[in-house]
Order: sequence, then C-alpha cells, then structure tokens
Amino acid sequence: MTSSPKVRPYHAPKWSEPVIAELGRRGERGIAVPEVEQEIRNKVGKASGLVLAKMLRGGPPMLPELSQPQVLRHYLRLSQMTLGMDLNIDFSEGTCTMKYSPRVNEELARALADVHPLQDERTIQGILEIVYKFGHVFLREVSGMDEFSFQPGGGSEAVFVNACIMRKFHELRGELAQRNEIITTIFSHPCDAAVPATAGFKVITLYPDEDTGMPSTEALKAALSKRTAGVMITNPEDTGIFNPDIDEWTTMVHEAGGLCSYDQANANAIMGVTRAREAGFDMCFFNLHKTFGSPHGSDGPACGAVCVTKDLAEFLPVPVVTRAGRKYHLDYDRPNSIGKVRDFMGNVPVVLRAYSWAMSMGAEGMREAAGVSAINSSYLEKKVLGIRGVTKPYSTKWRVDQIRWSLEKMNRETGVSVVDVNRRVVDYGIQSYFLSHHPWVVPDPFTPEPCETYSKADIDYWVAVLEKISEEAYSDPELIKGAPHSSSVARMDETALDDPARWAMTWRAYMRKKGAQEEGRQSEARQ
Amino acid sequence: MASDKRVHPYIPNSVPEVKAELLNEIGVKDADELYSHMIPDRLRLKRPMDLPSPLPSESDLRRHVEGLLAKNSTCKENISFLGAGCWQHYVPAVCDEIARRAEFLSAYSGEYYSDLGRFQAFFEFQSMIGELVDMEVACLSTYDWSAAAANAVRMTSRLTGRREVLVAGSVSPSRLSTIRNFAGLPGMPVHIDIKTVGFDSLTGMVDLGDLSRKLSSNTAGVYFENPSYLGVIESQGDEISAAAHKAGAEVVVGVDPISLGVLAPPTEYGADIVCGEVQPLGVHMNCGGGLAGFIASRDEERYVAEYPTHLISIAPTRREGEHGFGYCRFDRTSYVARERAKDWVGTATAMWTIVAANYLALMGPQGMKEVGEAILQKSHYAAQILAELEGLKILFPQFFKEFVINFDATGKSVPAVNKALLKKGIFGGKDLTGEYPGLGASSLYCVTEVHSKDDIDRLAHALSEVLR
Repeated sequence: MTSSPKVRPYHAPKWSEPVIAELGRRGERGIAVPEVEQEIRNKVGKASGLVLAKMLRGGPPMLPELSQPQVLRHYLRLSQMTLGMDLNIDFSEGTCTMKYSPRVNEELARALADVHPLQDERTIQGILEIVYKFGHVFLREVSGMDEFSFQPGGGSEAVFVNACIMRKFHELRGELAQRNEIITTIFSHPCDAAVPATAGFKVITLYPDEDTGMPSTEALKAALSKRTAGVMITNPEDTGIFNPDIDEWTTMVHEAGGLCSYDQANANAIMGVTRAREAGFDMCFFNLHKTFGSPHGSDGPACGAVCVTKDLAEFLPVPVVTRAGRKYHLDYDRPNSIGKVRDFMGNVPVVLRAYSWAMSMGAEGMREAAGVSAINSSYLEKKVLGIRGVTKPYSTKWRVDQIRWSLEKMNRETGVSVVDVNRRVVDYGIQSYFLSHHPWVVPDPFTPEPCETYSKADIDYWVAVLEKISEEAYSDPELIKGAPHSSSVARMDETALDDPARWAMTWRAYMRKKGAQEEGRQSEARQ
Repeated sequence: MASDKRVHPYIPNSVPEVKAELLNEIGVKDADELYSHMIPDRLRLKRPMDLPSPLPSESDLRRHVEGLLAKNSTCKENISFLGAGCWQHYVPAVCDEIARRAEFLSAYSGEYYSDLGRFQAFFEFQSMIGELVDMEVACLSTYDWSAAAANAVRMTSRLTGRREVLVAGSVSPSRLSTIRNFAGLPGMPVHIDIKTVGFDSLTGMVDLGDLSRKLSSNTAGVYFENPSYLGVIESQGDEISAAAHKAGAEVVVGVDPISLGVLAPPTEYGADIVCGEVQPLGVHMNCGGGLAGFIASRDEERYVAEYPTHLISIAPTRREGEHGFGYCRFDRTSYVARERAKDWVGTATAMWTIVAANYLALMGPQGMKEVGEAILQKSHYAAQILAELEGLKILFPQFFKEFVINFDATGKSVPAVNKALLKKGIFGGKDLTGEYPGLGASSLYCVTEVHSKDDIDRLAHALSEVLR
C-alpha cells in the first residue's frame, strides 16, 4: 500500500459575525420597493384606508435595518463559514450521497424561475415533457416500475405518499381497520418508521442477525400476520449490507396480503445493477437530491420521486403528467388518487436537474457511477481497516455503497468517542461525519460513503486525516476532546439547546432571556 | 492524452488506470465481480439499461435541455395574474446571489462546528419570521404552507388530546386534501376528524354561526387563514379565537408573511400557533418549486415539545461573547424517536429560509410596510377598474393581493376568458369553477408590487375586448 499523503494545515474562515439584529442603523434600507403610480394612489387612496382599522398592524416588525452592501457582506460571510460539499472531501456524510451537482444544471434551472405552476398547459409543454420523460424513460429503466409522481418534496414525504397509497389500497379492499401494521428494519432510515406512524399505522421494527448484520428473514416471518399492511425498507441498509433474500421477503409479504415499499435512499451504487421490479416491490422512491445529482441545498429543496407498478398507478397523488401524442397533460381526474401531499405539481426544478444529470450520464455513465461508487467504498474499506481503534461491525464481508464503522475500541482504549472525533475532523477541513440514526445499534458509529465524485487522491487524503486523528487519540486524547480548535466557532455549551430557560429560537427570545438572567444575577448580587 | 470515452467528467476514478489500481487493492477484476459477492445473480440486471444516448458534453447537453425549455413561456414574457398559493413577487438580485452560493447550495447535514454560517442563517430566519408574526418560537421550514398547516393541525391534537379539528371552508382544496392526508383516514383506529366550517357568501369570512355549532369539547383546534385562499382578510379573528378558546381548542392561523408589514400579526387576534408560506419572501416561483412552510408559536415548553421540524437555538460558546447555534430538543425529532416522534422531519426546503432571511434583512421594517401597501393599492386598483367593466363583479370586498372576479353576468366561462387572454399574452386568474361551484364562473386574480399600472390597464382593456 502506498504511504498516506501529508495532512495539510487548515483553518475555517472565522468572521465572528454578529447576528443580523445587531447590525445596521435605524433608517438604513437594503432595497427600494416598486413605485405605486400617482394615478393608482389617486383612485384608491391611502393603503390604510383599504383595510379595516382593527386589521392594520400597530407598530412595525422589528426587522434589521441595513443597506444593501452590508446585507450582502453579512450573508457572504455566513456562506464562507459553511463547509459545503463543493469545498471539501465530503463523503463523511454517508447515507447522504454527497455527489457533485453539476453547475450547468443550475444554469438550466434558471429558466423555470419565473414559471407559475398553474400556467396553461400549452405554456409549460417543455417542462411537462421533461417531467414525463424523466419518469417514463429514465426512472422506468432504473426501477422497472411503471408510473411516477414527483409531488413529494423530499425522501420522507415520498415515504408518506407510499404510506398513503398503502392506506388507500387496503381501504378499497375493506381491510384498512384490520391491516394497520407496517414493518421496517432498524437499519432502514428512521422515516420508514416515523412516517407510517404519522399516517396512522402501528410500526414493527426488525433487528438484524447479531453476527452477520443481515436483516433476519425469521424475524420478518414472525412479524407478518393478517394485520400487516406492508413493509417499508431500505436495501442495501445503512450498514451497506444488501439483503440477498429480498425477493423472498417481498413474496412473503405479498402472501400475507401486504404491499412492499422500497426506500432507495441507498441506490447510488446499484443503479442499473439491481432493481425494485425484480426484487418484487410494488413501489419505491429515489432521492433526486442524492442519487440524481440535484444539489442538497443546505437541506432542501429536494424531491422524493415515487415509482409504482401499474396496479398502484390509480392511487398516485394528483396531478400526474400524462402524454397524448406529442402533447403533455396534467391529469387531475383520478378518482382513486390519494389526493394531495404538496401544492401544485411538486418540485419541478429538481426534476429538471435530475433529467439533465441523467442525460449527461446515459446508461453506461450511470452504471459507471454505480460501479465506481462500489469500488471506491471497497477501496476505502481496505484503507480504514488498517487504522488503529476502528472496527467493522458484523461478519458480512462485502458491503455495497458504505460501511457503518465503529470507534468503540478507540473509545474504550482512549476515552475519545466518535462525537469527539466528529468535532476534531472539522479542524482538518473535512465535513463532520454522519454517525448513525438512533438508536446506536452500532456503538460509536460513523458511515462514510465515497460515491463516484471522489478521486483516489481524495479517498487517500480523507484516510490520512482519520489516521492522524487516531494517532492523536492514542497520544493526546485531550486535544480531541477540546476540539474544534480551527473552526469558525468554539465549543458550545450544548446544554443550553435543551433548557427552556436558556434556549432561544429567535433573537427576541434570546434578548428576553438574557435580560432575565442578568436581572437574576444583579438581584443575587444585591442580596 | 488519448481520448477515452469511458472517462466521464463527473467521475475521476473512471480513468481506467486509476480504476485498475483500486480494483487491484480490493482484489477483484471489475465492478461485476464485486457485485457478484454482494448481490445474488438472480437479482442482477443482465443487460444494459435502455436509455437515450448520453450527452456528456456540457455544450450538447445545454442545447438539448434549452431546446425543451424553449417550449415554455414565463410570467416575465407575459403578464400574469396567477397566484393561488404561489406568487410573483420581486426577487432582489442579492437574494439570487446568495441562493447560488456554492457553500450553501452544496451543504447538507453538516454539524454545528463545520456549518456555523448555515445554522446562523437559519436562526436569523426564525428570528425575522418571529418578528413578523409576533412569536418567540419559529421553526426551520417544512415542505410548504400546506404541510406546515397539516403539522400544526396535528400539534393541536397532541396538545389537547382531542381528535377533531375545524378548518375554515375557504382553505384551498389542495391544502385541505393535504391536511386530510396528514390527519389519517376515518377507517383507521387512530386519526383526526377534519370538519370544514362554512364561509359567508358576501364577505368570504368564516361563518361564525356554523363555527359555534361545530365547536365542542371534542375540538382540538380551529384553523383559518389571513388572507384566505380567496384573498379575503378575515377580520373576525378575535371572535373566532375567543370561541375556540372557550371550547378549550387551540387556534392556528395561516398567513402570507408579505402581508405582515401592514396587516396585524395573528397574535393580536388570539393565535396560539401561526403557520404560512415562505415563497413570497425573495424566492422565485420556480414552477411551484419555491415553496417552503413555517410554523411559529409562543416560547412555552409544551409547544416546543410538539414541533416535528428542526428548531435552531442560539447557545453560548467557550469564548466570551461568541454565539453558537444548534438543534433544540433534537430527541423530539424522527431522527431519534422514530415512530414515537412528533410526525417526522426530513430534507425539505432549508435553502429557501436562507434566501428569505436575506430578503427580510434587505426589506427591513420600512420595506415590508411599503410592499404591503403597494400590494394593497395595486390589487384594489385592479379590482376597481375591473368592476367597472360590464358584467364583472368583485365578490369579497376586504382583500389583500388576491380577489375573486365573477363572470356569471358575462355569459362566458372562465376557461374561455383565460384562453382568449392567453392569446393576448396575459395569464388570467386561477379558475375557481371546479373548486367552488357555489361561486359560479369565478376566477382568483393576483396583483402584487411587480404589476405596473400599465399591466393592470392592459388586463382591463383585454378583458373588455374578450367580453365584448
């Protein structure tokens, strides 16, 4: 193995930027509002005369008052103190598929900025064609499913659509009252538990085989009954383990009278390799902001693209984009539709970006992206296995897109936990790790996902940083526990976040509580 | 360098020599062999996907996609009077600059110490929404106003332990459908009953008689909007709240925040929870992709405990006077509590909150007052001159930004009118005929600060020709 690259020194931008409420001077303004013509004023009179007096605002909202250059400067500084994927080797955020979002797609999406979703169909044929083709050409091949909806504004909302489809399906068969259980696994995304619960289902969570980490077919068998509405699961799971019996699972669920929903959050390394259709699923969804290259946007805007079999197409939310000859339509006339989960036709610019990404890749390119992601992950594994204090839980050798690692050994031997390491990694200009959702079945977990975006040099550098931190943990654990040292901000008193007396979600709450604390201190001093 | 078509510009390790090095380290010959260890043979696709020829060249790709997009026309190339939940407002250039910043655009779920700027911007968004709606707690955004309203409805049920919520009948059918989906189906053991309350046919406001008939000790919450979907300013908020509170119910008010520089914040008429839409605050319509919802409330632990969304709190750091920012009560969210969580939180629309913070900072108190006044004056001007056209009637007199025009006396249908307007480069208002059959041939027109007198006069002139 080649020796590790040298870790370069780093310091995050640190502006010590005040909260915006502390900036500016009374009377400053950042933008002038369009003029109201004199003729309009003459005709309608003063604005205050157009509203009942009781409905008029008394005092102005206490918004900041800044001129334009100062507003721009403030938010540019805040942007600089945000370690976006474009600036770093960002595969620490596993399960998130931090792939490159091509800039050309941002340019293309601008064409939709001033399109209203209720425009006459004749004026939006271009975008309807893109939406239709992204489903019926691309997702049809990737998933093997038949019909599509782009309504959900994220992966979790796509799970919600799938849960609503299950409800409607069982309702029409007169079995809704009886079939009120959804089965998921602990290594599926927590939304596969939380969302069906919101939709009114009871949730049963399966745990894996303790040795292999494989989802347990025995556990599924035991959970299935006439109360089963369906399963909602990820594959490969967040451990990177692919359930090889997945087709047997879907058969068992179908035999029990349930439906199968596939959370494809971890689809990046299996595009064109294995599909929902052949695994026997009735529906699935893809996160277009992960797998299909639309930007993550600091946590959205996003799109969870729902794919279903022909049999479930009648339940899709409205409107569905359909084609008749060369014309595209928005079909609202679907009597068994679950109705709406989001206003209008969904997050169309995200679909546009995904279409453009897919057109850039083609069949070979997507398969290459998947294959390189799997290769990158296996290569990373070889390197990480040699790092002191790191272990790979579960005996299943081959993992697909990522591995859930553990720092339990390091923690036991040095007292440095994964949470400490997670603050320290930031000191090297690497985005903090995604650890694991809760509960932590794997102790001191972290889950890097080196998708196709990252070069061999990137992976080697990331590993060198982890090696360095491991050395630090064994030689100078206090250094890590006190981290971060080169971040934009020092270690927080995180207990304040959960304390009703000190938490503050707004500046006004902060000022009130600060005032109360100071008053308290003063009165203590007086006593 | 020999050109190799297998090398894609987005995939560094697609260079064959590099890939071979990696495969050598792993000890397999290619990706297929790797997959053969992971995925059973019977589940692997044995053929290449059947997809169109790729366009790896950016220039070719642009030409193709721009060719498709050229079939669209926009609200900039035409004059649009469409609103109904997504509105054309002026977006300052600085907002676009910030929305395009790679640091924000490409960030995701980084932690407090790597992403200070993102968290601070979120906190500032919450702070400024708090000022507009006059509440001390506001959340990071959810998917859209409808999802925010649906979450708020579910909050009232958990807060009161009751399972019935009254919703103003003037809420949009789309939003009502989303609320009903979140409430659950009546056939399920656990669900919330959603009942609508009628609205007055003259004022468009909530029918107080119907409200009091439907309020009971089963009522968890009452939800109404200001302005409503039909543009109506609901001025009986104090009476609605008093009746709801008397029944032990929570009051949820949905707002369009761009109205709050001139209209009274909902706390002045009794709101316990406020929700609404972020899009008017500096976010382009984006064909509906610009939506983002928010929720706000008083700073009481029992409310905070019921939020499904992220809440960003300010917190002190080890450096005197320095602020940090982090998640408040993260254990309430579905990331921790799974099926015991308060609904769920997931990737939604955080970028738009950064843009909205930027917008509100640019506008300031004076800008928000002026934009509200401009919208009032321009929309009322439009209503007044359209009412002067023969056969047209404005249905509800108290409105902000949007108003209902009835075409019954003209003998023309709304689709026919809109079709004729489209030929003249005008997008007419949203057709309400299917949604509110009781309103006859009616259409919802939206006029904002971006409309000039000339735009409005052109609409009036075009309508006079169309209706002739």
